[in-house]
Amino acid sequence: MLNQLIGIIFSETFVFSIFRITTPILFAALAAVIAERAGVTNIGLEGIMMISALTGVIFSAKLQSAWLGLLFAILLGVLTALMIGFFALKLKTDIILAGIAVNMLGNGGTIFVMFLVSGDRGYSANLASKVMPAINIPILQNIPILGKILSGHNILTYFAFICVLLVWILLYKTPMGLQIRAVGESPNAADSVGVSVNRIKYIALGLSGALAGMGGAFMSMGYMSSFNTNMTAGRGFIALAAEAMGRAEPVGTMLTSLLFGFADALANNMQSLGLPQELVAMTPYVFTVVGLAIYAASTLKKNRKKLE
Amino acid sequence: MADTNIAVLMKGITKVYPNGIAANQSVDFSVNRGEIHALMGENGAGKSTLMKMLFGLEQPTEGEIIINGEPVSLTSPTVAISKGIGMVHQHFMLVPSLTVAENIVLGMEPTKGAFIDYAEAVRITKEFSEKYNLHVEPDAKVMDIPVGMKQKVEILKALVRGAKILILDEPTAVLTSQETAELFKELIHFKEQGHTIIFISHKLKEIKQITDRMTIMRGGKSMGVFNTADVSEQDISRLMVGRDVVLKVEKEKAEPTDTVLKVEDVHYENEYGKKMLNGVSFTVRKGEILGIAGVEGNGQRELVSMLFDMVPPDSGTITVEGQTVTGKGQSFIRELGVSHIPEDRMTYGAAGTASIEENLISDRFEKPAFNKGLLFDMDAIHKTSDQLIQDYLILCRSGKQQVKMLSGGNIQKVVVAREFSCDPKLIIADQPTRGIDVGATEFIRKKLVELSRNGAAVLLVSADLNEVMELSDSLMVFCGGEIVAYFEDTSTLSDEEMGEYMLGLKRQSPEEIRRVFHA
Repeated sequence: MLNQLIGIIFSETFVFSIFRITTPILFAALAAVIAERAGVTNIGLEGIMMISALTGVIFSAKLQSAWLGLLFAILLGVLTALMIGFFALKLKTDIILAGIAVNMLGNGGTIFVMFLVSGDRGYSANLASKVMPAINIPILQNIPILGKILSGHNILTYFAFICVLLVWILLYKTPMGLQIRAVGESPNAADSVGVSVNRIKYIALGLSGALAGMGGAFMSMGYMSSFNTNMTAGRGFIALAAEAMGRAEPVGTMLTSLLFGFADALANNMQSLGLPQELVAMTPYVFTVVGLAIYAASTLKKNRKKLE
Repeated sequence: MADTNIAVLMKGITKVYPNGIAANQSVDFSVNRGEIHALMGENGAGKSTLMKMLFGLEQPTEGEIIINGEPVSLTSPTVAISKGIGMVHQHFMLVPSLTVAENIVLGMEPTKGAFIDYAEAVRITKEFSEKYNLHVEPDAKVMDIPVGMKQKVEILKALVRGAKILILDEPTAVLTSQETAELFKELIHFKEQGHTIIFISHKLKEIKQITDRMTIMRGGKSMGVFNTADVSEQDISRLMVGRDVVLKVEKEKAEPTDTVLKVEDVHYENEYGKKMLNGVSFTVRKGEILGIAGVEGNGQRELVSMLFDMVPPDSGTITVEGQTVTGKGQSFIRELGVSHIPEDRMTYGAAGTASIEENLISDRFEKPAFNKGLLFDMDAIHKTSDQLIQDYLILCRSGKQQVKMLSGGNIQKVVVAREFSCDPKLIIADQPTRGIDVGATEFIRKKLVELSRNGAAVLLVSADLNEVMELSDSLMVFCGGEIVAYFEDTSTLSDEEMGEYMLGLKRQSPEEIRRVFHA
């Protein structure tokens, strides 16, 4: 069986699937990076993804355009994230509680709305929703092995990896990024030079919502072609783990997201080997727990040395 | 009739906080253009509140503010900055992981297209740095630069934003005497260029040296404006506290006996891999006050944390009365008779939202004397706490009052009352009088001397050079995580000599330094 497993891991389809599976995690993890760097912990990523996944399906079906579906999914993602900001920054509730509320809304609210729209509680079979296109990359697609791995992905998969670069540029090369980092690390310093701390936090949350919204849209308009209840299955939380292990750096977070994507892909394939499905389904979560434990142990050592 | 020679005019300023505390009562404050004006007063006298209003952090309940003859409404620091007011806070408002240049341009970043023009940020930094003779390294990260340079970055931040009126909140508190001298030169330079400086300080000597005029505050009111040349240090302190304060501490010669604390060859590297303690060895004996002088960030904080088992040393031993403390935990160390006056009283010394009483018994509430069966013996607790409040002159309405409502000096007295009343064998006093008023300072210093003469061993860490030199019987100097000098008798030392050791310009021979270790 081990040989079979190794055979799978080194197959082109397996590596291809890692990128596909990593896509929603990467979007959400980048969302977590931006929020975290501005000093706001966006724990509502899971809920935002769910809301956006459903929004994408509904609007792409009603407007018969995948792109408009995506646009509305992003819009709802931004609005939901700003709502977290409104509760936490304006009404001064605990931001973790506001995030949890959004997660519960994402879970229960989407079922409710889907039932209203399609008359179905389980999944959106009645809605003729659209999916985002896959892209074959000229020249690359004809190269053996590489072509099969890197070409033919959904356009959002490519965009997720482009976003790693965009987020990096935003954080390290633009005035906004400098202000985001300053606000996250030392709000008093930012405030003392007239940088509006809340304004920056709202902007960071909005960007975070847009990224998580794309992650959600990918789930129902790329990864799958319909909306299922609880279809994000904890990816928003795995993304938070990926962000923490990636130390809130765009590139590091991409690598840890790929690690979780790998674990997820492995789980999918192990099912075909006849292992009990329940056991196999645990794999990505076990990876999360182990990953966080290793991360915690490595930071603990440093934190012990940290005095203030 | 607007007098254009007046840069800042605050008229009839009253500030009442929502909790009913009147921090300022019809205060008049006026500063001429191009002068260095001192704002003096004890903690809780209302200086910070007044300056917060001038910098737009608070709004006055009554009164008006006139800047350069123009009445203004300073609703936020941004507005204050636009009126040419800049403030250098006592606790630096800098982002540690950003570079000096990034900190300076934060919020007004030069751009090239959509991107930050970092080269331009560096150029701006250099231009102002040269113009005002404030040397900084534009590319260094703020977390890597010394305190003196951080302060220059803060001043530059204000100047780059066009500040003509600079408020400096206790700027010398963290500087060595050389750095202070340098700062004063810079301040005079600003003055010559027509800038106006408001200088908040507790240090009478500095005020005399640098300022033209001063406003003294007491109890939320202005005690008047004086020409610095016309008033003596004694006059100033009398105006501040309403009585004559003896700034000298009277103490008998120390007669140290047995070793209590022994620190031997301790090494420690911090999280960034910087060597913070490099082979430190010394002893503190019964009946002596051993001072540690040094610029902040030269290993003192790490050492004190280690004595209380908050961080483990990489190597070396620390013993109190022969018992090793590393890995033993706080309560064990306290049981050995070790008291601690922490540097940061609101984080480590007291619980702000708890009452005075609760804070006073927080090290001894488990003792049988304070318990009746499962519950507290409230009578015993009240009695003990009332006695301590009386003995330590803690100004409060009652022992039930929240600690955070007290002034800095009184909070420190709560900490000191607890730490001094548990019959300590060893007292570790880390900046025991930082940021508190003259009255409380004098009281705490006297108590410290009294306890040491009654047989306690005292280790005193202080950035206030006068304090370590005045209080300590013997003194060691920390620089770069090492002991670079030891003086058995502090009475003959000069500030200048100390400064040279503190800045690493001089160091004693290993033989001389070894004398601090009494095996």
